[in-house]
Amino acid sequence: MLTKRIIPCLDVKDGRVVKGIQFVSLRDAGDPVELAAFYDQEGADELVFLDISASHEGRETIVDVVQAVAGSLAIPFTVGGGINSLADMKKILRAGADKVSLNTAAVLRPDLINEGSEYFGAQCIVVAIDARYDEELGSWRVYTHGGRKPTEWEVIDWAKEAVSRGAGEILLTSMDCDGEKQGFNIALTKAVSEAVSVPVIASGGAGNAEHFQVAFEEGKADAALAASIFHYKETSVKEVKAFLKQQGVVVR
Amino acid sequence: MIGIVDYGMGNLFSVSKGLERLGADSFISDDPKELSKSKGIILPGVGSFRDAMSLLEKQKLDKFLREHVADGGYLLGICLGMQLLFDESEENGPAKGLSLIPGKVVRFKGVDANDQVYKVPHMGWNRLEFKHASPVNEGLEEEHVYFVHSYYVDTDESFITASATYDVEVPAIVGKGNVFGMQFHPEKSGKMGMSLLRNYLSLVEGKERA
Repeated sequence: MLTKRIIPCLDVKDGRVVKGIQFVSLRDAGDPVELAAFYDQEGADELVFLDISASHEGRETIVDVVQAVAGSLAIPFTVGGGINSLADMKKILRAGADKVSLNTAAVLRPDLINEGSEYFGAQCIVVAIDARYDEELGSWRVYTHGGRKPTEWEVIDWAKEAVSRGAGEILLTSMDCDGEKQGFNIALTKAVSEAVSVPVIASGGAGNAEHFQVAFEEGKADAALAASIFHYKETSVKEVKAFLKQQGVVVR
Repeated sequence: MIGIVDYGMGNLFSVSKGLERLGADSFISDDPKELSKSKGIILPGVGSFRDAMSLLEKQKLDKFLREHVADGGYLLGICLGMQLLFDESEENGPAKGLSLIPGKVVRFKGVDANDQVYKVPHMGWNRLEFKHASPVNEGLEEEHVYFVHSYYVDTDESFITASATYDVEVPAIVGKGNVFGMQFHPEKSGKMGMSLLRNYLSLVEGKERA
């Protein structure tokens, strides 16, 4: 039976791991290669690296990070942030990443999803969606540029569009819940997971092990991602998995 | 010395890195002449079956692989590389494969017997169930390995060393004589994946000594 995946996320800026609370304040939480090896040992099923470097020089460092991580890690990892072209995808995947995650660039030019998927296969292409509830829309709205810019897209419509263009997985972040540690956005996760045929990774809001259980059982997530609670050792991947196992959720 | 086939379709880097972690020598090449120096070939690959076959044919690698196997050399296909070992695939219209193991490649239906929709691709960690003894699973316990695929192989039970359950019984490790295939990614499957690769290496090393 296919297991539910626990995915620590490492936000990387200029080669170092940081985590923003609601995308604003950043704290330094360590070295990417060391953290990757640590999470592999802990039983993480996969890792995500999001490059949030603002400068061109900063973004160049991600390729070195990818190469170093790929050399030591025996589990899959995804890289996102600042990937704007097929050439960027090639650079990251050839450096040893298993998947690339597209966000703003895919919204600005949706053909990028088709291009990546046709070239590398859908299994390499993750579309990341930053979602915030919108009263006016009566649903969730897609945001880009690290959550700063609202778009015209409603989240479920965009998720379906992305999958029809060749996305192999959706990484769904609730901006409303991110950094709050009150649990994943279950309504959002369930709505998207039931609307698309590909796996959905729930992200934003993990505060304890039970939150993961709810994301899987009620939110219908295939995987769940968290950062700060793991980085600051508020809980561990090992503890979360032990809890899930006890609750009857199938994990590795 | 493991020869990794480079035909422009796949994450060669992670396979060679995986072998490097095991302390094995390997080289990557698209040249049949170079590859023919190796007793153990790995055929990696992700992407479309049809594209992969036409690239192999263009570089005469299909012919090389058939000859390599006929001469008693070992071959391990990984992911799409495993699917290419079979007769044909229904991906993007029927396409012929290498026909080294009988069987065909079909798509997950995405709907189970009770009309319940399930996710395709089959992506993530699934548990191996051993069906037959083989040199590649020798001394190993049934463990989880990492899968990412939308198509699976429909083949005779006698060729299935291990399977995983995802709606149907998915052939995970296949083998026929000196030809092996792994539908999952051993290079991304933690300790279990490394052990499986090590078993394949031991086979090849035995052949090199002989």
